[in-house]
Amino acid sequence: MSTLSNQPPSHEVPEAFQDPGVPTEHRPRRADVDERAAKRAERQVAALFGMSALGTVIALVSYFALDIGDGNDIQAIQRINMGIGIGVALAMFGIGLGAIHWAKTLMRDHEMVEDRHELRSSDETREAALQDLRDGAKDSGIGVGRRGLLKGSLITALAVAPLSLLVPQLGGLGGDWNLDKWRRTMWAPGVRLARDPDGTPIRAADVTIGSVFHVIPEGLIDLEHPLEAKAKAVVILIRLDPKDLKIVPGREDWSFDGIVAYSKICTHVGCPVALYEQQTHHLLCPCHQSTFDVSDGCKVVFGPAKRPLPQLPIAVDDEGYIVSQRDFEEPIGSSYWERLK
Amino acid sequence: MTTSPSASKVNRAAGATANFVDERTSIAGFVKYFSRKLFPDHWSFMLGEVALYSFIILLISGVFLTAFFIPAVTPVHYEGTFETMAGVEMSEAYASTLHMSFEVPGGLLMRQIHHWAALIFTASIMVHMARVFFTGAFRKPREINWLVGFTLMILSLAAGFTGYSLPDDVLSGNGLRIIEGIVRSIPIVGSYISYGLFGGEFPGEALIPRLFTAHILLVPALILGLIALHLFLVFLHKHTQYPGGGRTHKNVVGLPLFPVYTAKAGGFFFVVFGVIALMASVLTINPVWNYGPYDPSPVSAGTQPDWYILWIDGLLRVMPGFPEYVIGGYTLSLNVLIPAVVVPGLFFGFLALYPWIEQWATGDRTEKHVLDRPRNVPVRTGIGVALIVFYVILVIEGSNDIVATLFHLSINDITWFIRFAVFILPVVAFWITKRICLGLQRKDRELVLHGHETGRIVRHESGEYVEVHEPLTDQEIWIRVSYDNHKPLVLEPETNEFGVRRRWYRWSRFKQAVSRFYYEDRVEPVTPAELEAARSSHH
Repeated sequence: MSTLSNQPPSHEVPEAFQDPGVPTEHRPRRADVDERAAKRAERQVAALFGMSALGTVIALVSYFALDIGDGNDIQAIQRINMGIGIGVALAMFGIGLGAIHWAKTLMRDHEMVEDRHELRSSDETREAALQDLRDGAKDSGIGVGRRGLLKGSLITALAVAPLSLLVPQLGGLGGDWNLDKWRRTMWAPGVRLARDPDGTPIRAADVTIGSVFHVIPEGLIDLEHPLEAKAKAVVILIRLDPKDLKIVPGREDWSFDGIVAYSKICTHVGCPVALYEQQTHHLLCPCHQSTFDVSDGCKVVFGPAKRPLPQLPIAVDDEGYIVSQRDFEEPIGSSYWERLK
Repeated sequence: MTTSPSASKVNRAAGATANFVDERTSIAGFVKYFSRKLFPDHWSFMLGEVALYSFIILLISGVFLTAFFIPAVTPVHYEGTFETMAGVEMSEAYASTLHMSFEVPGGLLMRQIHHWAALIFTASIMVHMARVFFTGAFRKPREINWLVGFTLMILSLAAGFTGYSLPDDVLSGNGLRIIEGIVRSIPIVGSYISYGLFGGEFPGEALIPRLFTAHILLVPALILGLIALHLFLVFLHKHTQYPGGGRTHKNVVGLPLFPVYTAKAGGFFFVVFGVIALMASVLTINPVWNYGPYDPSPVSAGTQPDWYILWIDGLLRVMPGFPEYVIGGYTLSLNVLIPAVVVPGLFFGFLALYPWIEQWATGDRTEKHVLDRPRNVPVRTGIGVALIVFYVILVIEGSNDIVATLFHLSINDITWFIRFAVFILPVVAFWITKRICLGLQRKDRELVLHGHETGRIVRHESGEYVEVHEPLTDQEIWIRVSYDNHKPLVLEPETNEFGVRRRWYRWSRFKQAVSRFYYEDRVEPVTPAELEAARSSHH
């Protein structure tokens, strides 16, 4: 190796590289030079367009000839879905691929050059525009520092006028705006716990150790619009071996012989906490995996929820059915600003 | 050339029509302006087209769906043909979805075309946005268009979510309940926003009709308007181009709109339509008949939103539960607010403002029409990859239950892993990407200076073996040396020559720190002198 690199070059070297310009050499395509290749490409394009028309026929034939069945024959539905769908797909592909093949084989492929113009307007245009605005301002009499009262009052009016519409419009959205509804559920003294969804009441004797009941208040299914009530009142009822159950202080009489009832609505963002693991006594919310320990007051043992699930105080009535003693003591479900107010 | 009489008749008719229209609209000017406009050729420029075309497909299939969908939650007992649901109480929305799927020939196909097109719409917008990001196509004069595109991305999410919720099935209903929980976590106004949104208590009867109007009118009208603005700006700015010989910031090299791009881009619309139609005919999407009508009580394991919401779900899952505080009796639920509102807000805010952040670092205020090769802006490329890694980790966390069952892992372990990974891996990805970019730049220097390896070994008289290197052509060199070689901004001294402290000094110092972060580590392009020296040291 020589050490020439340390020496100044022997001739003038430019500061920067020169743009070599758009490459001039152009590799001709087969169709550019061979008329037979061009004809062949033409036929291929035409064949693709023909395929498209065939696709349309397939779609139409499928539509008219295939029977959708009586709604229970999934295969019939699949058949017609696929028949029309593949027909549409072919109809579209044919046009698309044909056009692209045409462009690639037969249309121009020499690149052209076009100048860009700076987006900024010329100084004259800018000055003329400004002058127009000045003239207009002068005509209106609102030049800089003039007619402050007029400008001020206009801006104020424009700023507050939308309120005249927005307040009634937004005001109507929330109906009664009664956030207190979030604090109350259907549970009241003596309301029986019933099976979801059929609404039959549950006897304490039916609840064996380890079993889980998805519960709604008795009478819920007779409501005209049950969903709002249900969204708050759903409960999960579980019987543990009483010796596995740690009673939360102050809630000694909230459970019955190992049977506990907790709100089924997650305290995180409100999904139903529906998955119970019998071995660990854990309740898992499938949406974000908040995990609650049923044996320990449904405290959070994992996941993004902070608060335990609210417990429903229960008792057993004279006929042996499980009933609620009263409503939940706190709002159920996800947290909100006024929750404890 | 001779023309047949019928052809000249056609020509005369066409001429007369053109004359009629032009005399009333001066359309010739538009045709002259548009028809031979040049567009550069590159596969990555098709990504935005996919988004545009899937939107058109959404409009076409959506119009069909509105003919059958009933946006009401009035309870009905199902009387349609699908036996599994016979007699089940459900909303009209859900019942009409079943009706159009099972009883209208081609109805299921249209639903599936619509849903697949929606998933592809959001995906192609994001991939297109990534292309624009990595190639620096957002730089002056395109910052406004970046914001327009950003808004379109947000609107595509709104369009997707409002549509996903319409069938009123168990899955989407639980999604809406999660939205309720998220909105309620917003301090002070959250409860009222939620109550206003649902028209009262959850689920209420107002939401589905409101979502429907948003989904078929409000959101698509905004999207349509912004697409028009987006494309208008593309025409005004003329398309960016990749670096290469003859491609400068002052020209555009490409092929004309008519006929080449009319055929290629027009044809591509049909290809996109074909792909979506094929997917819709063979791949089931959102089989709401398996989920059942909405009921606040049931839920199934493996609950997943559509893919573009997964990362928010991942954020909600990865967040630990402790930061919920009661302040003066009011509940501040940061365990929901941070993942569902604050982090997405920061993420999207950073994306929206990115063109300006980078402009600080470069201090370059000139128009840029030649794209960057991602390697030539290592820090930007690193940031982009870090954001993608952040996003993908959260998508994985959003499917942690699926991942857990698939790979026999514990959900809790996955979540604990991701609680750390979400902070660490993006940084690692940034660092690795930046190093790879710098390495690629060095390789470019190496290539320019020493040429391609040919694999031919020759032996000199002295007995020395050397591999013959073939010098690069001028075109090959130009691609590798013609990039903006930004250097960190130089900070002026704290006080000026009169000893007076400069205004905005701290601000300038901050800008300089950003600039150094971007351009401290850099690889200079080869200069002609270096090439000369390298060549003369060869044989």
